[in-house]
Amino acid sequence: MPAYEPWNVERANALIAEHAGREGPLLPILHAFQEEFGYVDAAAEPLIAQALNISRAEVHGVVTFYHDFRRALAGRHVLKLCRAEACQAAGGDEIAARAEQQLGTAMGRTTADGSVTLEPVYCLGLCATAPSAMLDGRVHGRLDDKRLDALLREARP
Amino acid sequence: MKLRVFVPCDAGAVAVGADLVARALAEAARSRDVALDIVRTGSRGLYWLEPMVEIETAAGRVAYGPMGQCDAANVLDATLGHGAHALRLGMAEEIPWLKRQTRLTFARCGVVDPRSLDDFRAHAGCRGLAQAVTLGPEATIEQVVQSGLRGRGGAGFPTGIKWRTVAQAQDPQKYIVCNADEGDSGTFADRMIMEGDPFVLIEGMAIAGFAVGATKGYVYIRSEYPHAIATMQAACAAARRGGLLGRNIAGSSHDFDIEVRAGAGAYVCGEETSLLESLEGKRGIVRAKPPLPAHHGLFGKPTVINNVLSFASVPIILEKGAAFYKDFGMGKSHGTMPIQLAGNVKHGGLFETAFGVTLGELVDDIGGGTLTGRPVRAVQVGGPLGAYFPRALFDTPFDYEAFAARDGLIGHGGIVVFDDRVNMAKQARFAMEFCAIESCGKCTPCRIGSTRGVETVDRIITGENREANLEVLRDLCNTMKFGSLCALGGFTPYPVMSALTHFPEDFGAAPKRLEAAE
Repeated sequence: MPAYEPWNVERANALIAEHAGREGPLLPILHAFQEEFGYVDAAAEPLIAQALNISRAEVHGVVTFYHDFRRALAGRHVLKLCRAEACQAAGGDEIAARAEQQLGTAMGRTTADGSVTLEPVYCLGLCATAPSAMLDGRVHGRLDDKRLDALLREARP
Repeated sequence: MKLRVFVPCDAGAVAVGADLVARALAEAARSRDVALDIVRTGSRGLYWLEPMVEIETAAGRVAYGPMGQCDAANVLDATLGHGAHALRLGMAEEIPWLKRQTRLTFARCGVVDPRSLDDFRAHAGCRGLAQAVTLGPEATIEQVVQSGLRGRGGAGFPTGIKWRTVAQAQDPQKYIVCNADEGDSGTFADRMIMEGDPFVLIEGMAIAGFAVGATKGYVYIRSEYPHAIATMQAACAAARRGGLLGRNIAGSSHDFDIEVRAGAGAYVCGEETSLLESLEGKRGIVRAKPPLPAHHGLFGKPTVINNVLSFASVPIILEKGAAFYKDFGMGKSHGTMPIQLAGNVKHGGLFETAFGVTLGELVDDIGGGTLTGRPVRAVQVGGPLGAYFPRALFDTPFDYEAFAARDGLIGHGGIVVFDDRVNMAKQARFAMEFCAIESCGKCTPCRIGSTRGVETVDRIITGENREANLEVLRDLCNTMKFGSLCALGGFTPYPVMSALTHFPEDFGAAPKRLEAAE
């Protein structure tokens, strides 16, 4: 389970300073925020805008464009299920339906107890060992009901 | 004597337990007091046999697979006792599926330690760059032009011509950008190279930098590939220490360095101009072309932007000469293509072979049909923007022009196999839905058309004004195909229209015999 720092301005500014000198620094900064805090706090946008001399709207536009950047913390575990064609061909639809039913939540949502965020992902490049998933950054292939249930138990003991 | 054992650290192998197998092997060796040297390699690409472990013997490497954690101890015992084992596959190089391939780009993948520059050099690495330095920039580009290498990302544009354009551009700052945003479902060749033989990509980019006069390179890797990002970063650091990157590369007077950048989950960033925007720190919005990236690319500077496989094919072209590479293939498709078999397929994995092999051979013979054992009904070639092919078109040779002639594309070389339970109307709907999710929003046909497309397919599925809505769908596809700025909106009609053309019965229309294939 990933552990994150609570949002704080000093640390945020240090991260900005670390990357500000690079060419095209915005994505590296946002990735650094997400790694440190688990999400990109709304308060981060003016800080970055100020440091990079761009508008808040530009920063906001980038944060909201990319699927990766979260605007709030996810559940304690993040389970990404591949929903792309190769995994569909190998039974991914059934796996996704089972995960939703077992967790009692819909794709893209977090369980009521905050334990698991269930997300679709469009290809993990594990298409020859489909269907595949990623739990907290670790990859899993050849999912069937049994293997999925084991992952769900790991996320919600 | 120390026993050398090779265990893949490729994400595809790790996903099915390679790390656990490596750990179990180490434990079994410890308890038997055997000295074991576990080398983590990339994958050979025989994914149905993963985790596939190889053990070094005097005669060569003996493969075992698919290995489970619990097999580690008895495989070790079998090796030490020279005994037989149910999972023993024989000499790795002699496995027929591997032996019948022509591995040029993937020659080292699954063989070498991807974090060791010494291992790369010991397996004929760095020779292409050395040859380029000997030839000089102009002759290097000429070799790439003569080889007939076409962009392996999907568009198939001649790589050498791109390089020449950038070389001729006058600017003190030029860039080399590697498109490693391999988002197409059913493709994983870029990932395998980056995780299994990252130095060949670094060498290819260094050759490009030397040839066009660029000093800085970026590898833009999608964030869904954490293993590839980590391996590329380690390899770049090793390349810097070993003189493959940095000042005066390979004894030339040219400086070149590479930085690895992570994407952020946007499929459209695999489109080259959108990728450049993203590298600049902007929304991944597609640029109108012209100007071409070769003239006005990253930060407005002349930029070579190529796919991972294009760069990775360059070292062997330089090492063995353009003619050697050009001799493989057919028509205007020269060299080899790393084809990826995926989805519901018995023998899924990476099959590198000369262009010209037919789709039927690939799916039925090499792929072995479906994993479920049911009949193959459709295959999607070239990712989510590629066409669905029915069995009737299985005689199509794998070649850029032959696929285009049948309203398809080979794209990045991915083939996704579906059995007879697939509903093609649902797949057509998904193609539109995916386009709607991933559209960058710049052009109207893609942004609006994809959403209207989902709604229209829904109406067709429920039988609402079916004939009229089929006409709307055809018209919409036509608008998207010719009116979109990039391939996302422009190619989404391929899967939709091919599903409709070849499988009309799934859309509620009367089954129609496929007209003559041409």
